Amino acid sequence: MNTGIPAIVFIAVLGLLGAGLYALLISRHLIKVVVALQILVKGAMLGLVLAGRASGQIETGQALALTVIVADTIVAVVGLALAVQIRRHFNTLDITKLTTLRR
Amino acid sequence: MLEAAIVAGILICAFFAIRASRLLVSALWLAGTSALVALMMYMLGAPEIAVIELSVGAGLVTVLFVFAINLTGEEEVRWPAPLPKPLAWAMVLIPAVLLGWMVLPNVQSSLPALMRGDFQAVLWEARSLDILLQVVLIFSGVLGVLGLISDTEPAGEAIEEEGA
Repeated sequence: MNTGIPAIVFIAVLGLLGAGLYALLISRHLIKVVVALQILVKGAMLGLVLAGRASGQIETGQALALTVIVADTIVAVVGLALAVQIRRHFNTLDITKLTTLRR
Repeated sequence: MLEAAIVAGILICAFFAIRASRLLVSALWLAGTSALVALMMYMLGAPEIAVIELSVGAGLVTVLFVFAINLTGEEEVRWPAPLPKPLAWAMVLIPAVLLGWMVLPNVQSSLPALMRGDFQAVLWEARSLDILLQVVLIFSGVLGVLGLISDTEPAGEAIEEEGA
């Protein structure tokens, strides 16, 4: 079995992607959904850096990972701001109860 | 082996970030995941992005989570899952096993020698479109947050209140 560093990091990528996807599927709390998205994106980011390093183009991997970090942070900011507003207007953070965005 | 220990730490932190019933504890485990992912990136030879991930992922995002949890209130998360858990496990495990089965045999046994190029040149010249995208994302994110955080009444209700 391949037990080199790339294989170990690839297992971390698979684990983070799997954990994030599982949490996304079973979470009903809006803030937990944002946590799940963060974990999912960390797996993708680590995968980009690993791919860049393995192909000898670490700078390209880093540049792509930087874009992912920016997009991920914006998603977290907007998701958390949305959670604050939904809590204020609907008094719940259960996403299954949100059938409308109007008060 | 240090890499294996870091990977184990990443997976344990991610597991507890998902499993924690208290949101604040979940946010702290997420910060731990971010810090260990940053350490792994540094060990892979990507120090620039590791620093950014450490400051943004483990710092800024954690502060945002604590701020949001403070505003929404800490509540125990014990609602039943929207999907049956065996179905969720199947939807995660089948693609993960297939991906691992197809990719792992082709992964190199060791990393090639690190050839450090000019990160700034790649970022500002070869990936200039990404920079433009990041600027647009940050701008739209700021506008979105300004719209969401503002505490104005919807137009319909404001008119009703004036009429009353």
